[in-house]
Amino acid sequence: MLKIKNLHAQVGDTQILQGLNLEVGPGEVHAIMGPNGSGKSTLASVLSGRESYEVTDGSVDFDGVDLLEMDASDRAREGLFLAFQYPVEIPGVSNMNFMKAAINGKRAHQGLDPIKGTDFLQKVKDCASLVELDGRLRDRSVNEGFSGGEKKRNEIFQMAMLEPKLAVLDETDSGLDIDALRVVSQGVNAMRNSDRSFIVITHYQRLLDHIVPDYVHVLSEGKIVKSGGKELALELEEKGYDWI
Amino acid sequence: MSQTEEDKLLNEVTGKSYEFGFTTDIESDTIAPGLNEDVIREISAKKNEPEWMLEWRLAAFKIWSEMEEPEWAHLEYPKPDLQAISYYSAPKKKTELKSLDEVDPELRKTMEKLGISLEEQKRLSGVAVDFVMDSVSVATSFKDKLAELGVIFCSLSEAIQEHPELVKKYIGTVVPQRDNYYAALNSAVFTDGSFCYIPKGVRCPMELSTYFRINEAGTGQFERTLLIADEGSYVSYLEGCTAPQRDENQLHAAVVEIVSLDDAEVKYSTVQNWYPGDEKGKGGVYNFVTKRGICYKRSKISWTQVETGSAVTWKYPSCILKGDDSIGEFFSVAVTNNMQQADTGTKMIHLGKRSRSTIISKGISAGNSQNSYRGLVKIHPGATNARNFSVCDSLLMSSTCGAHTFPYIEASNPTAKIEHEATTSKIGEDQIFYCQQRGIDEEEAIGLIVKGYAKEVLNKLPMEFAVEAQKLLTISLEGSVG
Repeated sequence: MLKIKNLHAQVGDTQILQGLNLEVGPGEVHAIMGPNGSGKSTLASVLSGRESYEVTDGSVDFDGVDLLEMDASDRAREGLFLAFQYPVEIPGVSNMNFMKAAINGKRAHQGLDPIKGTDFLQKVKDCASLVELDGRLRDRSVNEGFSGGEKKRNEIFQMAMLEPKLAVLDETDSGLDIDALRVVSQGVNAMRNSDRSFIVITHYQRLLDHIVPDYVHVLSEGKIVKSGGKELALELEEKGYDWI
Repeated sequence: MSQTEEDKLLNEVTGKSYEFGFTTDIESDTIAPGLNEDVIREISAKKNEPEWMLEWRLAAFKIWSEMEEPEWAHLEYPKPDLQAISYYSAPKKKTELKSLDEVDPELRKTMEKLGISLEEQKRLSGVAVDFVMDSVSVATSFKDKLAELGVIFCSLSEAIQEHPELVKKYIGTVVPQRDNYYAALNSAVFTDGSFCYIPKGVRCPMELSTYFRINEAGTGQFERTLLIADEGSYVSYLEGCTAPQRDENQLHAAVVEIVSLDDAEVKYSTVQNWYPGDEKGKGGVYNFVTKRGICYKRSKISWTQVETGSAVTWKYPSCILKGDDSIGEFFSVAVTNNMQQADTGTKMIHLGKRSRSTIISKGISAGNSQNSYRGLVKIHPGATNARNFSVCDSLLMSSTCGAHTFPYIEASNPTAKIEHEATTSKIGEDQIFYCQQRGIDEEEAIGLIVKGYAKEVLNKLPMEFAVEAQKLLTISLEGSVG
């Protein structure tokens, strides 16, 4: 699904990723942990194609295509989804219009006609129930005036709508209370299947109690310095990052 | 008549027309460039106007001659040479093209993006169309229906001939000759425009659009519009169109006057897309417009404008809220790109008790353009419990453009309530990236974000206008984020 080899990336003159290697197979859930400034969010930005991040070396193969060759919207259309740590507000653009434009962007990329109105509405209904997103939020402008928890639920709702091959969750647990964490995790778990892969970026073990990973990696100074099973997260929680 | 007398007369006539610098050719007759009293007499004579109209024009000319071109606007442009302009040109027949293939491909591309139908494209670009064409028959049935209700909708020239009592009563009552430099000029030399009268208690059942009229007469450089909504009537009036309009005249100085009598309501919507010039701003239209309405008791005037064109725009659709409980509204989206400059806004003059006004202005600047909002809210001593609410937002699309806000507030009554909100924001790379990450490409993302930003105003436009106006915004801003 995803093969990252020797990835180097920088922002301005600051080298952040310094030879990162990672392989994610279909249906696998990988957690990436690490101290502040280790490069976790940079990895999410580089994978999704944010322009201010410059890749200086390495390669990323995404299901047989060269990910780094594509611009951000094509990466999304190929099935890469990023759940933002800080979802962006777009005043005046309704969540529904936004989703329709997104889905039809992907469908056009696949050579399909725009989605039918009835199909779209059915899909909205199904996906919204997954994260308990009520009608009021669906009809409002994208993230405008949403609470932190509502924004994160909206991210998972969008993920469900777009059915990605690979979803990167960038600190989705930050700013969530216990109930919202449960709802968001349930949404993610409901979407797990043998084809869809996840990279879950987090500081804390508590998210991994809800979304149980197959692998845990520790990122430090732009490299993966330790990998293991889900028990590694518990060990980290107990001993701290200094232990590594 | 003796030979000598005949000669004398002939001499006088030919000599006179020479004196006026009159030239005639087969296609059109045009007065030689320049402006003086004789030119105005000539314009009036050619239009066969009554004496009072001529006197009115001459008075305006006298006032204008003593005025100076204003310089207070946040605009920079070479002053047009007003003596180099020809002030009368009889409606020229547009050169008819045989098919759309002969139309400028750039223009066609834009019209296609706007989603303008083939028939409409032909009409707008002057291609010969079948006589059975839809809009012709539609226009005719419209006219029948309007006549039945007593609605008068014709050219101002026609109205001067056919309804002189109405024109005489109202012209210049809202925008007097001495109002400002360009309004005075317009008053002296206006060539034509639209006239509209809605009788008492009539609710005009359709949107009145200059669309139909422009096609008949061709637009003028000094257009003048007079709209009168009699007591208890309602009308929605559309001006302009989204298709790009090129014009050989660089200077446009129009005047629009609206009279909204007791309990009447007027909605006036404009989409302005005059040629803005090339990327360096060369060759664009200067649009210096005076638009104003007066509201009597419990009446309402609502201005909605989408301004995307012109090299230089100078325009402040305003309301004089004379009557008690009258309402004035101004909703505006002004887009400037490349080297365009716009200084636009509104004036709300509160005279009546409990008069209310709302101002929603959305500026969008891109490229190297300069976009200014200039507004005045004035509460007179007698306007007890007047209320105003203003929002002026500016959206910046590049780091080389400018957005400016000049809000003036003068309140002379202690019971007045005035609220003013203003924001300036730069279109977020974060917003664009967020859209892209969901599979929406950059151009579409900008379109979405801008439409969202201008939504409050676009929603005020009549349906058929709104869809085209949204597309127009996107097109005007293509490739403009930097």
